[in-house]
Amino acid sequence: MNPAPLATSPEVLRHSWSQLGISILAGMREIWAHKFRSLLTMLGIILGVSSLVAMSALVAGMEKGAKEALVAIGGLEKVRIEPQGIPVEQRHLSDQATGITINDVQALEQSAPLVTLLSPEMRVFATLTANGKKFRPWNCVGVWPAALEMNEHVVEHGRMFNELDDEMARSVCVIGTETRDELWGSPETVGHEVIPVGETLFINGVPFTVIGMFQHYESERDRKERLLAQSQAGQPQAGGVVRNQGRGRRRGNFVFYLKNATVYLPLNTVWMKFRSGASQIAISYGGASRTVTGTTGDPRLSGLDAKLASVDVLPEALQQVRNVIMCTHKGIEDFTFRTQEDWAEQINTFVHNARLSGGLIAGISLLVGGIGIMNIMLASISERVREIGIRKSVGAATIDIFTQILVESVVIAILGGLTGLATSFALVSAISSFSPTDNAPIIKVTALAIAFAFSVLVGILAGIFPAIKAARLNPIQALRYE
Amino acid sequence: MPLVELRNVSKIYRLGEEEIRALDDVTLDIGEGEFISIIGPSGSGKSTLMHILGCLDSPTKGTIRLDGVMIEKASARHLAAIRNRKIGFVFQFFNLLPKLNVVQNVELPMIYSGVSGKERRQRAMAALEAVDLANRAKHRPSQLSGGQQQRAAIARALVNSPRIVFADEPTGNLDSHTGDAILSLFRKLSQEGRTIVLVTHDPEIAAVTPRRIEIRDGKIAIKIDLALAGMERRAASAGTSAVAQP
Repeated sequence: MNPAPLATSPEVLRHSWSQLGISILAGMREIWAHKFRSLLTMLGIILGVSSLVAMSALVAGMEKGAKEALVAIGGLEKVRIEPQGIPVEQRHLSDQATGITINDVQALEQSAPLVTLLSPEMRVFATLTANGKKFRPWNCVGVWPAALEMNEHVVEHGRMFNELDDEMARSVCVIGTETRDELWGSPETVGHEVIPVGETLFINGVPFTVIGMFQHYESERDRKERLLAQSQAGQPQAGGVVRNQGRGRRRGNFVFYLKNATVYLPLNTVWMKFRSGASQIAISYGGASRTVTGTTGDPRLSGLDAKLASVDVLPEALQQVRNVIMCTHKGIEDFTFRTQEDWAEQINTFVHNARLSGGLIAGISLLVGGIGIMNIMLASISERVREIGIRKSVGAATIDIFTQILVESVVIAILGGLTGLATSFALVSAISSFSPTDNAPIIKVTALAIAFAFSVLVGILAGIFPAIKAARLNPIQALRYE
Repeated sequence: MPLVELRNVSKIYRLGEEEIRALDDVTLDIGEGEFISIIGPSGSGKSTLMHILGCLDSPTKGTIRLDGVMIEKASARHLAAIRNRKIGFVFQFFNLLPKLNVVQNVELPMIYSGVSGKERRQRAMAALEAVDLANRAKHRPSQLSGGQQQRAAIARALVNSPRIVFADEPTGNLDSHTGDAILSLFRKLSQEGRTIVLVTHDPEIAAVTPRRIEIRDGKIAIKIDLALAGMERRAASAGTSAVAQP
């Protein structure tokens, strides 16, 4: 009496890998047998996957652009101290409020060790004239030479003014490329690059000598486009006229435009020439009620940039700066801090939100694709009840039927996912060709991997229920099914 | 030891309050190499008996031993494995998969027993050879005649060398000429030593088998109705008792 030779035989219970291979082949055959139906089913997954990838590429592009811009304005360690209206409870002290002055700068230099660099700014609302043209730059400020380091400027031609120029209050200036473009013409319009070092520039009618020019700041994408345009224009150029207007006019990325539209003057020069009442008209022309002009000269700064030792000590450093300035200002709170961290936070929040909403939409479309798969699998198994009965009668176990249906569903999802990945490249290039954004979408490998993994997951989830339903069919009833 | 031992097997369905005894206390032995028919009118319980014998269904009461394995205790997975290795089915409507060609259909049981691709093809071709259908191996079932389809189904039933083959009305969907050809194929297989159980409602078909069991109202009838056409002569020539075992 042998009780159960089958039950103990491992061979019977073996579920070999070759069976999985056969299931996959059977799934492929089933898909191939209903090509159009399978394609329609896959379409949901294709759209879901490609929209997921495209969305993440767009967000990644925006994030990169925003981070580039953040670095361009001086990075996270930069803190700006600006004058602010006196709070209500201190209004009665307003005649004692001094505003931010060089006094504060000196106090901070001595008493705030967490501040590594200080750059006071005195703003001029200037109209530049030269070469018969007029231009009102965004940022015409009197600064110390330290501003170069503070604001990540690079002088490409000529030199930055030095401490001596500042001390002597010399009439010299360093300009950005946007100013050059407006007054002397951009390389694209003129045909060659104008370097106006040594030229005379009138700021509110006062003559200044241009001693240096910054490099042209642009986002990575702009730089690539410009180089491409140059290399293309390089060969057939017969008349020497460059038609490409791509650069200079392009103001898509505002931060870079603003940075290019900068004019730096020595701080002392500004104080003496523009704040002593000598050019009162020009200052009031700027309409700034904040900069009260007087005949004796206004020592107030329009702002003060401070670079901190590190981002990690930001709260401590801010407290330090605050303490020092509170002291010099006799407790009158007529100043405020602006940190780049707010901006970085905003970028992160924006990226997070964009990712969340985009991911949600793409996720929903993937889900809809999954429901499509489930629907078609359910239809397919009710078409194939008899087949399932036959398979069971020749010895297919519950798990075999389950695997077969699940594999079919996953194969559809995988094929859809792979097609979706291929489509996403086309989708991304289509989006970037007609969208006005300056930030080229970036397709990340992780995004591709995640999108693909999601499609497989959706395929599995969509297949489980039909597979259970099919596997549970009673073989006798399934065989009788007409 | 007999190949199949049924002891006091009952199958009871409940329809609301009513109790339907599809099988009522059936005890039956089938020996190795027997060629046996189960006859009975429709609704008699012969299909239920075949399903239970063929491990497609499990009994409400009683014990079944097939080739030494207690079926009523086996899990669904074991039943599937037993169907795969020990049992071959031939159906009235052939039940070939329409999307697969003939040789693929014959390979199907071996897929679930994990036979490698090359051996599968060899054995499937050998089985088709045995039913004289090797030249139609690449045809779809729909391109074959009924008799050819049934022979393909028989090849599929035999390909895993089962201990027992169940044929459920194997000629029910064929004209009498092809039906006879199929029956003589079964006879030939029986002579080769296969254990074959023929389920039918037709006494004429049952007449080809040396042993017959009649099912009536879920029970094995004690006496076969010998008055039925042509049976006495054939039974006598086969030299075995037409009476079911008690």
